Amino acid sequence: MITKTTISTAVAVTALLALAGCGSSSEGTQEQELTVFAAASLTDTFTELAEEFEKDHPGAKVTTSFGGSSDLVAQIEDGAPADVFASADTKNMDKLGDLATDPQDFASNTLEIATPPGNPAKIKAFQDLAKDGTKVVVCAVEVPCGNATAQMETETGVDIKPVSEEQSVSDVLAKVTSGDADAGLVYVTDVTAAGDTVTGVEFEESDQVVNTYPISALDGADDADLAQEFVDLVLSEAGQKVLSDAGFGQP
Amino acid sequence: MPASASPDLLGRSGRTDRQRGAGPSVGMPRWLWFPAALAAAFIIVPLVAIILRVDLASFPALITSPSALEALWLSLRTAVASTVLCIVLGVPLSTILARTSFRGQGLVRSLVLLPLVLPPVVSGLALLYTFGRRGLLGQSLDLIGIQITFTTLAVVMAQTFVALPFLVISLEGALRTSGTRYEAVAATLGARPTTVFRRVTLPLVGPGLLSGSVLAFARCLGEFGATITFAGNLPGVTSTMPLQVYLLRVDDPDAAVALSLVLVVVAVAVIGFARHGRAI
Repeated sequence: MITKTTISTAVAVTALLALAGCGSSSEGTQEQELTVFAAASLTDTFTELAEEFEKDHPGAKVTTSFGGSSDLVAQIEDGAPADVFASADTKNMDKLGDLATDPQDFASNTLEIATPPGNPAKIKAFQDLAKDGTKVVVCAVEVPCGNATAQMETETGVDIKPVSEEQSVSDVLAKVTSGDADAGLVYVTDVTAAGDTVTGVEFEESDQVVNTYPISALDGADDADLAQEFVDLVLSEAGQKVLSDAGFGQP
Repeated sequence: MPASASPDLLGRSGRTDRQRGAGPSVGMPRWLWFPAALAAAFIIVPLVAIILRVDLASFPALITSPSALEALWLSLRTAVASTVLCIVLGVPLSTILARTSFRGQGLVRSLVLLPLVLPPVVSGLALLYTFGRRGLLGQSLDLIGIQITFTTLAVVMAQTFVALPFLVISLEGALRTSGTRYEAVAATLGARPTTVFRRVTLPLVGPGLLSGSVLAFARCLGEFGATITFAGNLPGVTSTMPLQVYLLRVDDPDAAVALSLVLVVVAVAVIGFARHGRAI
């Protein structure tokens, strides 16, 4: 009986230890790990840049985590192990304060209308989004793309009555590609990345609201030099080429 | 009725207190207390943590703000409508599953219970591919000018889809354990099938129906994934409490926490009410 109890206790303790162990990363022999947090709109470009970085730095392993900028900021403030952060707007980078060692703008993005393939609702201009019966999906004002949308409405005096205020750009795109929305407002780069699944409609007022993307190494990075080298890659000519190919503008 | 002695999904035991005390007491292995306490703490501590996060000073203002009241009212309305729909659809389905046998019944049962284990986002996608504007049925609906996505109806449909299996599984279990003896007697006394169903079967499974409905209601109230995928998010139309909590959690954590607490309180009240109702 006692042995059984002992065994059970041992099992329980081992399980607890295993659970506790989940959080700590294994210390690789000579492998340098770099964790990059980046805005969801950077998913394709930063995945490519991370691969390039690994090629240039044998032994380095880049882990990327993509999400809404404000989500990522909250995670970093809560102690997530990020070494580099790239934000979709300056507002979220500013929230980090001193945690961001040296924020530098590396790209810009403007809004574009995305419609289902072939643009069945015949959207031609930004004003068309306010037409009666047009089902428009936008980002909620709490997230960067929604903030940009609200600014654009103020700039143009066009009052959009959306059928849905989504939590992220990808949620907006999902409603457009499924055909349930006539149009959605997303970034130029999202339309480029979506390829044939949507038809983009550029509008002349788009340059009135420009989102600037800052990047910074973070205070507390495991290897500050490695983190800065990643930032330098993004700012380099090669990095800028990857970004402009995806539709991003100059900062 | 040995099966009814086991507690149902709301923790209501079929035994009376006298039965509980009867019989020789069987020793409980003492080590069970440790993992049991761990399990209880695992659920309770996070609930306490969310309560501790509530900013008491601003709490009344946060939960009575127009947007919070709008979301709460929408959540309550849709959850009630969905629960009614679950009962209307679920009672016949459970009865057919429990009281008849036909080819492929096992398969039908497994399929209709599937939303229990599906990620809600997948349920939402399935609904979108069915009732969306280009969906299986939505295409035809669109032709006659009906669009379901982005409407409150879509919220109700999403909630019903994920909650219906909760009602069916509770009620079917209750029907099976109640047996068919009383129904057989009623039938031999000349009652027609509809009368038997209305006067004998339904009263017999009343507690099972109540607990199933409560679970379904609670599930509706907490629905998030299917709603956001299928219905979208617009204040007053499709933005229910859980969607509001999710949207506010980063920019306005105080408001998100306050709304969360309201959801917790409503859930506790509903379950408490149902447990109290067992005496009836």
